[in-house]
Amino acid sequence: MDSKLKNHEGALLASVERRLFLKRGLSLGALSLLAGCDLTDQLTYDDDVQKMLTAMSRWNDAAQAWLFDPKRLAPEFPERMITNPFPFNAYYSEDEIRMVDAAGYKLEISGRVREKRAWALPELYALPEVSQVTRHICVEGWSAIGKWSGVRFSEFLQRIGADLSARYVGFKCADDYHTSIDMATALHPQTQLSFKYAGATLPPKYGFPMKLRIPTKLGFKNPKHIVALFVTNEYPGGYWEDKGYNWYSGS
Amino acid sequence: MKKVHPLLVRATHWVNALAVLVMVMSGWKIYNASPLFDFSFPNDLTLGGWLAGALQWHFAAMWLLALNGMIYLAYGILSGHLRRRMFPVTPGAVLRDVFEALRGRLAHADLSVYNAVQKAAYLGAILLAIGLILSGLAIWKPVQLYWLASLMGDYEGARLLHFFCMAGLILFVVVHVAMVILVPRTFLTMITGKLKHG
Repeated sequence: MDSKLKNHEGALLASVERRLFLKRGLSLGALSLLAGCDLTDQLTYDDDVQKMLTAMSRWNDAAQAWLFDPKRLAPEFPERMITNPFPFNAYYSEDEIRMVDAAGYKLEISGRVREKRAWALPELYALPEVSQVTRHICVEGWSAIGKWSGVRFSEFLQRIGADLSARYVGFKCADDYHTSIDMATALHPQTQLSFKYAGATLPPKYGFPMKLRIPTKLGFKNPKHIVALFVTNEYPGGYWEDKGYNWYSGS
Repeated sequence: MKKVHPLLVRATHWVNALAVLVMVMSGWKIYNASPLFDFSFPNDLTLGGWLAGALQWHFAAMWLLALNGMIYLAYGILSGHLRRRMFPVTPGAVLRDVFEALRGRLAHADLSVYNAVQKAAYLGAILLAIGLILSGLAIWKPVQLYWLASLMGDYEGARLLHFFCMAGLILFVVVHVAMVILVPRTFLTMITGKLKHG
């Protein structure tokens, strides 16, 4: 057991160092280094140990789905408790934020939905608006309170005639990020397709033109710059999920 | 040969030792991802390689820690083992035994009878473990278990409580291991359960 643990530590050192580069938000060079290697390969350092850990992570997905109460609301806070400035966070640094052109923007819809036409921003902005002041909790441990406004995601899913008995909703983003969530969470009353932060149009650093705000999941399950969504029964995974973060990651 | 520790206590003790080792080493890596205070834990003492690996270890070993702890507590309560070994324990007796220990006069003749300092320390460790599990649950599920998190000052309060319970448990482990080194035969009795010339 001991030597196994040591092997696993050693094999992952390279990956740790790359993570550190990433956290320091270093140059494009460091990022291309990252893009050039497959972290999932390095995560299979010790097949037996990793298989056990992955199996436990799938078990934890099931345990969290069981614990999830579709009616339980995340706590809401008074506006004076909003964290200012709200932290920027992504898998890249702040000077690499993607600029999405509002005029040419379309939200693509695919998969198990009745109406697959794409949506332009003015149509999305015309949807009924709700607001929430909730706590965003990062997988790293820190948390911050922010205010988001937009349309209830369940409302949007109904309008496009999504198959609400399907298992997953997946998201593709303009910054090449992708993630997916379970249908129960997609239909939660606080899960919101957000177009505004703190009452103003969502700025690029918070995911212009839209992010999916899910106060019942960790921050990395809240995709920004969404350009396409799809409803499916096949497990779509995600950017960080494929690297080892727990898929469900509920709060 | 005198019986010191029942088999179930020995088994759960060592499973617990392994679970705590994994929880602490992976927990330190998780702490390092977003330190609460102005320090980080040395990377060599952590487990998991990076944050995702550490989280996988932490959320796997938590089941081992909790299930094993429940088996130990259920046995300890139902069999009367806890009541016999840990009680009564009074603040006065603990103080008296601390002074006796400092003067080198604390007797260790019968390892199946705990002095008051031992009783307080073992009960403290059990309470810290319970505190760790409850605050850990509040951090893991601050929405679904909001009633629990709100008892601890919400998510951020639960993080602090989790940290300080960990620090307390580490303090216990350091003293515990030091005592075992000073009285080495206690180590064997936690394996064999018996003591020669006891």
